Amino acid sequence: MAAVTSQIPWILRRPTTTTGWVGWLVTVDHKRIGVLYGVTAVVFFLIGGIEALTLRLQLASSESSLVSPDVFSQLFTMHALTMIFLAIMPLSVAFFNIVIPLQIGARDVAFPRLNALSYWVFLFGGILLNAGWFIGAAPGAGWFAYAPLTDTAFDVGSGMDFYVLGLLVLGTSSMAGAFNFIVTIINMRAPGMTLMRMPVFTWMTLVTSFLLVTAMPVITVALIQLGFDRFVGTNFFNPSAGGDPVLWQHLFWVFGHPEVYILILPAMGIVSEILPTFSKKPLFGYPFIVLSGVFIGFMGWAVWSHHMFTVGLGPVANATFAITTMLIAVPTGVKIFNWMGTLWGGSIQLSTSMLFAIGFIVLFIIGGLSGVTHASPPADAQQQDTYYIVAHLHYVLFGGSIFGLFAGIYYWFPKVTGRLMNEGLGKLNFWLLFAGMNLTFAPMHWLGLDGMPRRINTYDSSMGWDFWNLFATMGSWVIALGVLVFIWNFFTSLRKGEKDETGDPWDGRTLEWSISSPPPPHNFTEIPTVHSRDAFWDRKYTEGPDGRPVPIPAGAAASNGGHADDGHGIHLPGLSYFPLATALGMVVAAFGILIHPVVIVVGILVMMFGIYGWAFEPADPEPGSESH
Amino acid sequence: MAEALAHSEHPQTTTGLDHRKMVMWAFLGSDTLFFGSLIATYLLYKGKSLEGPQPYEVFNIPYTSVSAFVLLMSSLTMVLALAAIQKGDQRGLKIWLLATALLGAVFLGGQYFEFTFFIEHNGLTWTKNLFGTTFFVLTGFHGAHVTVGVIILLSFFVMAWRGRLKPEQHLNIELAGLYWHFVDVVWIVIFTVVYLVEAPNIAG
Repeated sequence: MAAVTSQIPWILRRPTTTTGWVGWLVTVDHKRIGVLYGVTAVVFFLIGGIEALTLRLQLASSESSLVSPDVFSQLFTMHALTMIFLAIMPLSVAFFNIVIPLQIGARDVAFPRLNALSYWVFLFGGILLNAGWFIGAAPGAGWFAYAPLTDTAFDVGSGMDFYVLGLLVLGTSSMAGAFNFIVTIINMRAPGMTLMRMPVFTWMTLVTSFLLVTAMPVITVALIQLGFDRFVGTNFFNPSAGGDPVLWQHLFWVFGHPEVYILILPAMGIVSEILPTFSKKPLFGYPFIVLSGVFIGFMGWAVWSHHMFTVGLGPVANATFAITTMLIAVPTGVKIFNWMGTLWGGSIQLSTSMLFAIGFIVLFIIGGLSGVTHASPPADAQQQDTYYIVAHLHYVLFGGSIFGLFAGIYYWFPKVTGRLMNEGLGKLNFWLLFAGMNLTFAPMHWLGLDGMPRRINTYDSSMGWDFWNLFATMGSWVIALGVLVFIWNFFTSLRKGEKDETGDPWDGRTLEWSISSPPPPHNFTEIPTVHSRDAFWDRKYTEGPDGRPVPIPAGAAASNGGHADDGHGIHLPGLSYFPLATALGMVVAAFGILIHPVVIVVGILVMMFGIYGWAFEPADPEPGSESH
Repeated sequence: MAEALAHSEHPQTTTGLDHRKMVMWAFLGSDTLFFGSLIATYLLYKGKSLEGPQPYEVFNIPYTSVSAFVLLMSSLTMVLALAAIQKGDQRGLKIWLLATALLGAVFLGGQYFEFTFFIEHNGLTWTKNLFGTTFFVLTGFHGAHVTVGVIILLSFFVMAWRGRLKPEQHLNIELAGLYWHFVDVVWIVIFTVVYLVEAPNIAG
């Protein structure tokens, strides 16, 4: 054995530290990576929130000059990019990480080190995207960055360089994560868990992952083209060389509309888990909800030009995309009716996560209805680029995605930490967010229909927009207060929250509740066998003669795998610092494009070191215990 | 329990397909959209350059046909490398891995000379016109894919040379082969769309 040890250079030996900050740097445990994702996403959520509050303060009164027009542009651009790419998407990925292996009865994801790589690339990409702030030149051309306006001929300054490089790096992270979850979900399900027995959150994660690996390459190409135009002067979007100004719009929205569903489908999955749990009923119309999600995934590819109704693509294109856009409202409607069917006749328990889930349905209906109004091109011509659009997108992204994700935080917090969040503070948190969100974004509907354009830094007092703008600004502080209550609740519950002794605080239905909270590193001592859709519920309850659930007496139930065996001898994936090294090299190379070619070379060398170290490191920390 | 432990060492997958093989297919699907977007851009701009040089002024179809043939032949040697490792034929494995990498390198060399000829002789740079922009970026990214493939193949060749590539590790070669064949297929599309199908404004 000693001879074998000497053959492996020290650099290739796997780290063994699981504690302290080094433990976090080398971890490949999906639960810890999920926590890293979640905490980072919440920090970026706060940054994006501060940007939004500043925007609202500037708009609180007419002819205000709190921030300069230039800074205002950077703030609204970075607010959007931060909330979309650095808050909602990674918070969804945090839940993918924490929940998916537990829900499908697996010990980890298919590629634990790739998972760590996804996180580190995300973190560094987020820093790269924000790096413009430090030189006073953050991206300022709106999150969809229409070329040629973002090409060097029109866009002075280097802000868009950070947009191009930041999103390229972040896209790599998203794709790596999505590949991992596709394989994990298709290939690592517990015995008996057929596709139509998978929990809906797992299903929506699968659909989202497919959308990511297909939509991200398109924006990657658009960003590469814009990057080449900016850095070396190619002609992709150069009108004086014949470049087509609509090309960017098509490429961006071919990505951008699937992206919308990437943002909402995970939240829909979370809500589909929470509603049955707190209604004490199986999900109503499970196949309809699942297939609606899949249908949305396909249809998401056929509606992108509704973002371009005013471009002048012609009546045929506009009519086609109007029809497909109205069509995609149907599966969403199907889901909403099935969620209401789940609530109908249930023993409803209004816990905080249930409140957020119901809030999601209410707000998403409002946002969905305003969305249908701009499926009609003539109506859209009035609404395009007004605050009506801002109102719509915040109802679906804040009222939809963020409410769904908050529901998920309250729901799965005990599973991750072993403690429950405070319900009183949680309900205060919910009502503040619910009230604040409506106070802020509802008035934007009338401001928009009154003609107030989005992305203006100020407006004339004679426009009559002062009152509702001040109203919305006050609403935004109610949201801020709600978020503060959340942060307070989070930290106090982390230390003093009620302990979750059983691992099943909500009387849950899916496999993650069948193990202790927090779960042991190996998750399941024995991989469970799945016999039905609500795999854990059916171990606890049988159906009585009146159709109501009757508890199965303790002991008579099948083993839940939580017996004395402490899991020693279960093979866990080895720790590794090569994902961190690879991610570091990648982002150094990206920074190098802005600094000096030598830095690019250094970055690529570090990345190559990371990849080769990754490929050749032994499977286990102790060399000799592995045969190859 | 012993059975469970045995499973945990060699985890069985739900579909029976190895994780790595599945992720390779998913990656290739994703990469298809990457090249699809680049090719779509090329097609959109085909014949739209406001100034020359135009494609028909620079392309040397026989020259590029030879290099396309070289790349296609590398797919054959790739298959032979996989067959060799599966049969436990270490010598064949080394020969065919090296042959594939060399054929890939010859293709890259051909692309290098083609690019420099276009730039120095025809004055076609990637900032010159839309054709230069879309041509160099599309074929350049394909070349980058081939380069990555050559690096992977050479890495496996070194492993095989040092006796570190055992027959039971044939999946490594199979995955490298999937990637290699994909890059080949993409070249068939690019060669057809870019080189063989003439621009509409000169076709009529």
